[in-house]
Amino acid sequence: MSNNVISVENLSKQYRLGEIGTGSLVHDLNRWWHVVRGKENPYLKVGEVNDRSKAGDSQYVWSLRDINFDIKQGEAVGIIGRNGAGKSTLLKVLSRVTAPTTGSLKIKGRVASLLEVGTGFHPDLSGRENIFLNGAILGMRKKEIKRKFDEIVDFAGVERYIDTPVKRYSSGMYVRLAFGVAAHLESEILIVDEVLAVGDAEFQKKCLGKMNDVSKGEGKTILFVSHSMASIKVLCERAIVLDKGIIKHDGNISKALDLYLENNDAIGSSEIEFLEEDIEVFVKKVYLTNEQGVSLNSFTNDDRIFIHIDIAVQKFLDQVEFSICLKNSNHVNVIFSSLSDSTNKIPVSLEPGMYKFQAEVKDNLLVPDLYYISLYTHFRNIKSIKAYEQILKFHISETGSILAPYGNEATNIACILGGADWSILPVK
Amino acid sequence: MDQAGEKWDIEIKSNANLLDLKISEVWNYRDLIWLFVRRDFVAQYKQTILGPLWHIIQPIFTTLMFLLIFGKIAKIPTDNIKPELLFYMSGITLWTYFSTCLTATSSTFTTNASIFGKVYFPRLVLPLSIIISNLVKLGIQFLLLFAAMLWCSFNGHPISFTLNWLYIPFLVLLMAGIGLGCGIIISSLTTKYRDFTVLLTFAMQLGMYVTPIAYPLSFLKNKSYAWVIKANPLTPIVEAFRYALFGKGTVDINSIMYSFIFMIITLFIGALYFNKVEKSFMDTV
Repeated sequence: MSNNVISVENLSKQYRLGEIGTGSLVHDLNRWWHVVRGKENPYLKVGEVNDRSKAGDSQYVWSLRDINFDIKQGEAVGIIGRNGAGKSTLLKVLSRVTAPTTGSLKIKGRVASLLEVGTGFHPDLSGRENIFLNGAILGMRKKEIKRKFDEIVDFAGVERYIDTPVKRYSSGMYVRLAFGVAAHLESEILIVDEVLAVGDAEFQKKCLGKMNDVSKGEGKTILFVSHSMASIKVLCERAIVLDKGIIKHDGNISKALDLYLENNDAIGSSEIEFLEEDIEVFVKKVYLTNEQGVSLNSFTNDDRIFIHIDIAVQKFLDQVEFSICLKNSNHVNVIFSSLSDSTNKIPVSLEPGMYKFQAEVKDNLLVPDLYYISLYTHFRNIKSIKAYEQILKFHISETGSILAPYGNEATNIACILGGADWSILPVK
Repeated sequence: MDQAGEKWDIEIKSNANLLDLKISEVWNYRDLIWLFVRRDFVAQYKQTILGPLWHIIQPIFTTLMFLLIFGKIAKIPTDNIKPELLFYMSGITLWTYFSTCLTATSSTFTTNASIFGKVYFPRLVLPLSIIISNLVKLGIQFLLLFAAMLWCSFNGHPISFTLNWLYIPFLVLLMAGIGLGCGIIISSLTTKYRDFTVLLTFAMQLGMYVTPIAYPLSFLKNKSYAWVIKANPLTPIVEAFRYALFGKGTVDINSIMYSFIFMIITLFIGALYFNKVEKSFMDTV
């Protein structure tokens, strides 16, 4: 007997786009007519791959297509993918909120799904009443809730408000209470969807800690969907990467993160080329790579980032200078760096010809964020030749930097990670 | 992969058996039913001054209005039930139960979509909890009716309390069953096509007039259109209810059987349809 607790076979889920009206009634009747005659549902054949950015011909899309995987007892599995890749649909099917269009799903043990915190909370009821109601909705018996009640209140830290209607709670308290109930469920399988995106840094850390306890300490199986690569990396050893409803990768977490990060379409290209110009020096091409030389525009905080600049010099240049400027998403210029800063010996005078420069941004230097690159060519301390403003963008994902606990707030705390050397001095 | 003979607790297939009603699962969630009943009851009157007194105020005023319109203005007889107040109050109590059960269960999927969309529990739990919480409200209104009867008998009206009262729970169950059955059929239909919500509000208004609430069935004797009222499966229940209370009403075993069979059929169809729809209604609701 295998120790699989979840087994998914050929799972597919089809959705119909557009409005429900007379059109869908016609389809319903047609489908019913096919079923009555013992034929296959005609609309199962027509679906398209789910690509939200392109207009399709069909009203039907496959949000999930032929998904197969098994999950073993005690595994913590992260599910990652872009918006619309089918992550939430998969979780919905796994937590039995909606049935698959085709295929099957088998589960051993009790499933607690946290697709949202505080499901079924009634604003007019007190915290105490809501703990019982929410617990029961999540599948707990009254006895169990009673037994865990003090622990839940303690975890949420809302003892003083426990008999106040939850509509008077601050949103943070509300979430604490809700997560508290969910975290104390006695289930064998826990399905969690991005609930950590709420609450302050301290609470997020607490939630992650609790989930870690649950998975490693108590040996429960966890399925976890998040856009926070940092949390996924902390919690999971295995990841499933979904792309347009299909499994792109299933296995090792770091491979999965690489796959997820490469070619982030939303950011744009990782390189840009310029036309030839009739000036003394011009930039031909700028592109970004990682350490291995792979062209990328999406990095993690522990990647080194290489900005490559190809330059054509048309006539002899003395005292030439190139500078880059990196601006973060708050429009703060974080880095300004010039050729002359370099500790490497780079000549300051250039003969006509092609040159390749490379500027390396150290790992764990920039706070995870979106950055814009601007490039300037000029003469040292004199005049500017040409400015190339915000020509490329790149993204640094959080995979556990020192600011990771602050989540999206990190960019408001600092622009640079670390930056100071600490030591302890003897007291005289 | 999966080995033969392995035991799985939950198996979900795209083409699951329709007849698998998962009654045992509903039983496992009995605490939730109870908590929903409590929620409905407690939450409804939070931030009101009169609180549960509203359960009594509503039927009192409706009764007085009926007394004025049907008794005084239209002068419709009341099957010799004296005082007339009790005739109207008994009808209204039972009808209110049916109509609130039906309207509330029929919007099960639409009003609870946000909960259903996020967590799984047997969907039948919600309509069942509605039927039960309304039963509590019916109980309160019945106490009011009982108090009114006591008061009338102290004031010299001939009111007898007989063993016929034992039929009442059975009649209430019939009412609840028909309300639940119709309610879950309509709620399943509304997940995709909202037309049925509109239809229902309209049908409930008309429904009261084709049920002998404001008039006795005996009033229609020898009238050519009496069959319309008799075809209504609620008619025998209301008449039997009055018979049990006051010893007056047009009842026979066949008409009660008719209501009973009607209940069984609607419950059966309702359960099957609900079971089919609950699997994927989240995609259309």
